[in-house]
Amino acid sequence: MNDIALPEATSDGFRSAPAMAAVAVEGLVKHYGRVIAVDGISFAVARGSITGLLGGNGAGKTTTIAMLLGLVLPDAGRIEILGSDMASDAAAVRPRMNFESPYVDMPLRLTVRQNLTVYGRLYGVAGLADRIAEIARALNLTELLDRPTGRLSAGQKTRASLAKALINRPAILLLDEPTASLDPDTADWVRGHLERFRQDNDATILLASHNMGEVERMCDRVMMMKEGRIVDDGSPADLIRAYGRDTMEEVFLDVARGRKARAS
Amino acid sequence: MSAHAASLSANRIGALVLRYWYLLRGSWPRLLELAYWPAVQLLMWGFLQLYLARETGLFATASGVLLGAVMLWDVLFRGQLGFSISFLEEMYSRNLGHLLVSPLRPIEFVCALMVMSVIRVAIGLGPVTLLAIGFFGFNIYGLGLMLVVFFLNLILTSWAIGLFVCGLVVRNGMGAESLAWSLIFLLLPLCCVYYPVTILPGWLQVVAYSLAPTYVFEGMRALLIDGTVRLDLMAMALGINVVYFGLGLASFYWFFRQARRHGSILQVGE
Repeated sequence: MNDIALPEATSDGFRSAPAMAAVAVEGLVKHYGRVIAVDGISFAVARGSITGLLGGNGAGKTTTIAMLLGLVLPDAGRIEILGSDMASDAAAVRPRMNFESPYVDMPLRLTVRQNLTVYGRLYGVAGLADRIAEIARALNLTELLDRPTGRLSAGQKTRASLAKALINRPAILLLDEPTASLDPDTADWVRGHLERFRQDNDATILLASHNMGEVERMCDRVMMMKEGRIVDDGSPADLIRAYGRDTMEEVFLDVARGRKARAS
Repeated sequence: MSAHAASLSANRIGALVLRYWYLLRGSWPRLLELAYWPAVQLLMWGFLQLYLARETGLFATASGVLLGAVMLWDVLFRGQLGFSISFLEEMYSRNLGHLLVSPLRPIEFVCALMVMSVIRVAIGLGPVTLLAIGFFGFNIYGLGLMLVVFFLNLILTSWAIGLFVCGLVVRNGMGAESLAWSLIFLLLPLCCVYYPVTILPGWLQVVAYSLAPTYVFEGMRALLIDGTVRLDLMAMALGINVVYFGLGLASFYWFFRQARRHGSILQVGE
């Protein structure tokens, strides 16, 4: 497990994030009209870690990830990814990031190979044909490369999306519900692949998920969100211990229903 | 900008053009649609022109005026549609989020849409220009270099409108999609495609002269009817187009920023 270093809290916010952080967020705020989607959160994510962002529907996970990706502009706060300020220098870091989300699709009429070719070129991947062959082998997509993406099953489509998300060997990978709608076997297989990818590439993964088993298995650290705030933060084992529970699912229910940890 | 950065930029534009080309190449209805309506229009107006020429003597001295107008209007209309439809394909396929978090820069996105606009106009109008020669003996390529000037001016206007429409769609969602198809028709009566500006009432002439395409269609009529090359009109059109394009680009960026502010980019879809 990786050592996690959080920014230290001060009366007027957070000091600069540790130099080792892959992602550093300070005082992030987002309102949609009168609704506060994200309410002044600050955190740092250590390089090479897998960090889970947990919370019920409307807790602010997707908005947080969308702000990290630059798809949503924060009302206040600062985001630094791999040392680049996302407000002023996003272009420098985008080639080293990627993401997967159920809120977006790849063009369904294009074949898997065509989609990977387009994205590989957008990300400036060198030796693209070899990289596509390599990633197709790793994700069992070789036989499907010339099939239109829209004719894939849900599990195959998820693997194709994952291939797109990994095409540039990202240093930072943001995943929103990466195994949603997958059968347990495929979901398990996807988790295994992501863990291997992290290990082999020293990548940093930030994932939002409702699947507590997934979080317990994959994450070094979990940030629990509720009503736009991070209400708890720690390793799955620490959180389970703190809440006096047996599983992360029980911890999740405690947080969702407003129950506090028994010990810190 | 370094040579390395410039070459990367060209790669990303090329990648997006490739994405649209894959889509066009793999869908015969999309390809057919590009040429279908321009061909129908040309045949309808061409035969009407023949009829009017025979019965009234109209167009006896300048038989290409109507057909030239039809084809140049299609450059404007298809150019804007080619730009906007390529963009809408990203909305239909829910792919916009992937593109916007990739290293693709907004200006490269715009460049790819402009390239696709030209490609789609070429695919749509290429066969139609041959039809005009075959059916009506009108060779638009006979306009020579002026055809290039007309084309450049009209395509610039079409991109400016396309930029505005795409921005509107990204900010307001697919509810604004119909504007992609219909907004340009506002220009049809005002920029005097088929008749001279002098036909309009005085106050409307002022409006017409604020539109760049008006100068192009006036220039085309001057060339076909009087055999006069009106470079002054083309210079005016170009000047107005530069302003339009700047405004289009500014609105595109502004709408995108608003969409990011309101979180509407992740909510787009069919």
